[in-house]
Amino acid sequence: MDTPVHQPAQIEVKPPVTSVGVLGWVRQNLFNGPLNTVLTILVLFALVKIIPPLVGWALVHSVWTGTGDDCRAADGACWAVVTSNVRFILFGFYPYDQQWRPLSCAVLIVVLFLYSSKPSRWGRGLAVAWGVGLVTMGVLMPGGVLGLEPVDPGLWSGISLTLLLSLFGLTAAYPLGVLLALGRQSKLPAIKVISVLYIELIRGVPLISMLFMASVMFPLFLPEGITVNKILRAQAAIILFTAAYIAEVVRGGLQAIPRGQFEAAESLGLDYYQKMRLIVLPQALKIVIPPTVSILISAFKDTSLVVIIGLFDLLKTTQVTLSNPEWMGFSPEAFLFIAVLYFLGCFSMSNFSRRIEKALAR
Amino acid sequence: MSDSDNIQSEARDSTRTIIHIAGLHKWFGDFHVLKDINLDVARGERIVICGPSGSGKSTLIRCINRLEEHQRGKIVVDNIELTNDIKHIEKIRAEVGMVFQHFNLFPHLSILENLTLGPIWVRKVPRAEAEQTAMYFLEKVHIADQARKYPGQLSGGQQQRVAIARSLCMKPKVMLFDEPTSALDPEMVKEVLDVMIELAEEGMTMLVVSHEMGFARSVAHRVLFMDFGQIVEENTPEEFFSQPRHERTKLFLSQILH
Repeated sequence: MDTPVHQPAQIEVKPPVTSVGVLGWVRQNLFNGPLNTVLTILVLFALVKIIPPLVGWALVHSVWTGTGDDCRAADGACWAVVTSNVRFILFGFYPYDQQWRPLSCAVLIVVLFLYSSKPSRWGRGLAVAWGVGLVTMGVLMPGGVLGLEPVDPGLWSGISLTLLLSLFGLTAAYPLGVLLALGRQSKLPAIKVISVLYIELIRGVPLISMLFMASVMFPLFLPEGITVNKILRAQAAIILFTAAYIAEVVRGGLQAIPRGQFEAAESLGLDYYQKMRLIVLPQALKIVIPPTVSILISAFKDTSLVVIIGLFDLLKTTQVTLSNPEWMGFSPEAFLFIAVLYFLGCFSMSNFSRRIEKALAR
Repeated sequence: MSDSDNIQSEARDSTRTIIHIAGLHKWFGDFHVLKDINLDVARGERIVICGPSGSGKSTLIRCINRLEEHQRGKIVVDNIELTNDIKHIEKIRAEVGMVFQHFNLFPHLSILENLTLGPIWVRKVPRAEAEQTAMYFLEKVHIADQARKYPGQLSGGQQQRVAIARSLCMKPKVMLFDEPTSALDPEMVKEVLDVMIELAEEGMTMLVVSHEMGFARSVAHRVLFMDFGQIVEENTPEEFFSQPRHERTKLFLSQILH
């Protein structure tokens, strides 16, 4: 006789409809408890109140081209303030018929930046590309050679000035900061004292006061008849200021490297520079990528402080545009525009750093 | 026995002596770590240094390549005296290999790059040649298949064997081992000791700080016992283990040999 084998019944029960799918998600995340239910309803109410008017202002009733009077006649956003003045906002007082030069410089920077964002492309070729790029910019902006009409640096303004101050500010401040961090760790008392004094003094002073010093005080110390370009002075102030912050961040990274790494490098007979360059710094700088990028991002935004010493960066050219009676009163639109530009810059920097971190992670 | 007597008498001959330490003192602050150490090491000699923790044995071998600075006395390595002259120090470090308790491989470099770094930058060996040497020594420590990996992907025993190979790539005249097996899991101790025994069989001059008494017995020419910063006893392994002369040594041996 076959005894029936008892198999456990195959029971298939689908989960209740309220715990899966969209409905389940909504229930679990938005209405799981009285507090969250209330918050969800409040947020929904706020969105209903805000979104439609915003869309109406920005897109439906907005004016994209035309004059200030066209804008005043409409009741939407006046994007015309941007479209009609975009060349002045971006390039400022740079001679109108020569503005292709700063434009190509800006494009060049963006292209080089995008090209560098893939770590597999890092190498000698990329370094050469940046070198060639920088030289090209150095020729294009002032001109005076190759049949280019010379342009006084005092006329450099708008986004080209912002990019110039940031690009050179950040690339010069980073190595200077690393040197200061090493100096602060140095066994040589003179170097150590100088580095500590430098870092503490600079960090104890606001960037605005450094910019004032560079523009007002510094010329007093120069012999009569000698002047240093105002942009260069502001540039120097930004570099010196940012370097002090980078130095402290890098010092943190240096302290995180175990003593055994130093000893292993020394026991192979590497000298100080080889030890730092091949063993310690690659590890230390990698650890401090996130805080370093924070500093670089804030330094990028801080270049806008040069308006107070009368340099015409992106922010200042926008203000000048808005002080024109025709466009007076349309500041939200104009400031939104430059906010987007700044955001693009900062966001791509943080994106860039995340790629580097990912590439170096093991 | 006569064999080791020979080596000791030869050690006094300066052409045979590779390390000469005389009247060495060292302090950490007020703490007197090394007290009047005198030691001559002959080329090809293998010495195991043991002693309780804090006895100064690691400090002693770390003085030999200037990872620690000594305050009094004289250290001569391969006819170069250790002074504050950084060029002398770097020269000696290139000739003296060091293996650490915690391996200290460079985590950001691959195994192969760990091995070629010293030869390329210190010895100025062309890359291709350095890589060839590196593969030769990786073969010797039985780990050539891991050359492209990174230290973090290897076990402790494998990392320590890489560390030994890294030192060997510099073609050192002396190898210092600072408790090479004490940070390893028990089942990995043997693979490291086997590599060290092979090295000994090839005639490498070795100073080993270790409590591996089996290793000392089979490989060492001399065993030094240190306590409170002094060399308490210095003997052949046979006598060291069978008839220790000092009470301190007897006590120590009874504690570690269960």
